[in-house]
Amino acid sequence: MTNSELNRLKDKAFQVFGIFCTFIGLVVLAIFLIDIVVEGAKRLDWDFLTSLPSRRASKAGIMTAWVGTLWILVLTTLIALPLGVAAGVYLEEYGKKGRWANFLEINIANLAGVPSIIYGLLGLEIFVRQMRLGSSLLAGALTLSLLILPIIIVTTREAIKAVPRSIRDGSYALGASKWQTVWNQVLPASFGSILTGIILALSRAVGETAPLIVIGALAYVPFTPSSPLDEFTVLPIQIFNWTSRPQEAFLTNAAAAIIVLLLLTFLLNGIAVYLRNRQQRKVKW
Amino acid sequence: MWLGKTTMPGLLKINSTLRVTEKIIEGLLWLSALITILVTIGIIWVLLSESIGFFKEVSIVEFLTEKEWTPLFANKKFGIMPLVAGTLLTTLIAIAVALPIGLTIAIYLNEYAHARMKQIVKPMLEVLATIPTVVYGFFALTVVTPFLQQFIPGLAGFNALSAGIVMGIMIIPMISSLSEDAISSVPRSLREAAYGMGSTRLQTSFGVMVPAASSGIIVSVILAISRAVGETMIVAVAAGQQPRLTMNPLVPIETITTYIVQVSMGDVPQGSLEYKTIFAAGITLFVFTFALNNLSFWIKKKYQEKYD
Repeated sequence: MTNSELNRLKDKAFQVFGIFCTFIGLVVLAIFLIDIVVEGAKRLDWDFLTSLPSRRASKAGIMTAWVGTLWILVLTTLIALPLGVAAGVYLEEYGKKGRWANFLEINIANLAGVPSIIYGLLGLEIFVRQMRLGSSLLAGALTLSLLILPIIIVTTREAIKAVPRSIRDGSYALGASKWQTVWNQVLPASFGSILTGIILALSRAVGETAPLIVIGALAYVPFTPSSPLDEFTVLPIQIFNWTSRPQEAFLTNAAAAIIVLLLLTFLLNGIAVYLRNRQQRKVKW
Repeated sequence: MWLGKTTMPGLLKINSTLRVTEKIIEGLLWLSALITILVTIGIIWVLLSESIGFFKEVSIVEFLTEKEWTPLFANKKFGIMPLVAGTLLTTLIAIAVALPIGLTIAIYLNEYAHARMKQIVKPMLEVLATIPTVVYGFFALTVVTPFLQQFIPGLAGFNALSAGIVMGIMIIPMISSLSEDAISSVPRSLREAAYGMGSTRLQTSFGVMVPAASSGIIVSVILAISRAVGETMIVAVAAGQQPRLTMNPLVPIETITTYIVQVSMGDVPQGSLEYKTIFAAGITLFVFTFALNNLSFWIKKKYQEKYD
């Protein structure tokens, strides 16, 4: 075999390896999902969705868990959305230059890299203890809001950055003030992309377990929460609790709960991808 | 003059209220941005203040050199090393899985695959990153461990190996997409020059593209390490809760993050020494990830190749 033939063979071999690597992750993912669906489907019925938790696996349901997750989703949106978008607008439109802006930017990049469990410790000390919110929905939502704030800020900035200079100049030329320009032109123009980012951030929040465990969210809550100051549980914590029990029947419950959680995350991600595609097709500056 | 007297005050009033509103709004936006600084200060303050309480009772020397971590037992020992070892072990396994696969995907998508295939595969890989980590923990415990036990007889029900492998699968998209960005930003001319010299795609990839994109690839690996170090639920579910100073991947271990979860799940009285241990563990974790993240920023800034 000549040298060049050998090189061509190596090239082909790497191509095969590349295809293998690209699909191994997806194949493993498919195996996981099929395993979960097969395992969980036997348990997933209306009763399972509407029952309170129980010590007996066959009676236990995820009512409190999914209601808790929805509460957390809504509260986190209400807190994180205005804060994140406002901070993003400030960084991109107002305080753009100088040492202060630079410092803010590095700080946000750093916050994005802080492990979620550390946010749990922050929430435990500040919200649960100092602000005396206890292990409530509000404390959980505040903690998760801080966790996803960096993601929202970064996506807001990128969305705003994509709005061309000419739109702003046009607005200023008509006599609009800075805030009028931001509110009436820049934000509406970038709203689709901002929304995509926020939904992706929320799908992250929905799956978070560790910070909520640290602030003291319980696995066993015998009632559905009715106010933001109530104690709560969420789907991931319920899944974690059932997974850590030795009995086989609880693993089946966990699989069924995972199906519900995955449906929710995939739904959120699906909406985000749909919005992004629509945005990309619609906007041609 | 008379015109000014009637209309100017009105105009001035509109102008000044507008200006005041503008200032107030700018102030509010500034406050929102300031919150991010407060979060950082909050994290550091919380971790430091509780850890200082801990280190008043336990010496830093013991914390760093003691070989056992048993704060929840009668015979209390406070050596962080077993938890650090557990964290490093799972991280090492995860990177050993994710780096070769992730980098190969990045090269394959850039140099071999059709643009159309790249368009389809990339979002599919991103799905791996959207799955909640507790679900990965379930997979590790109920699918991967039983599967591996068929080949590795000594494998315990809880072990670092399964947790590490599954964590590796989770961070594949992180390495592949960041590395892919780095490789695709290498200018065409370099690639074409390599082909012009008669190189194969493989030689072009490893001889030209990967070295040219090395800073970006290194950054992706550092960020992946940082992510793996802070990962909690996979290891909490599948790796066990036994702090052990070992590099044996087949036995139960405990990571820093799992320990924090373990204490949070139990009812440790507030203000007790056991309670403070989670903050001491937390600050250790924070120091690791903070150093890794800033190292990656620094490399990105300093070594980013500029082709203009």
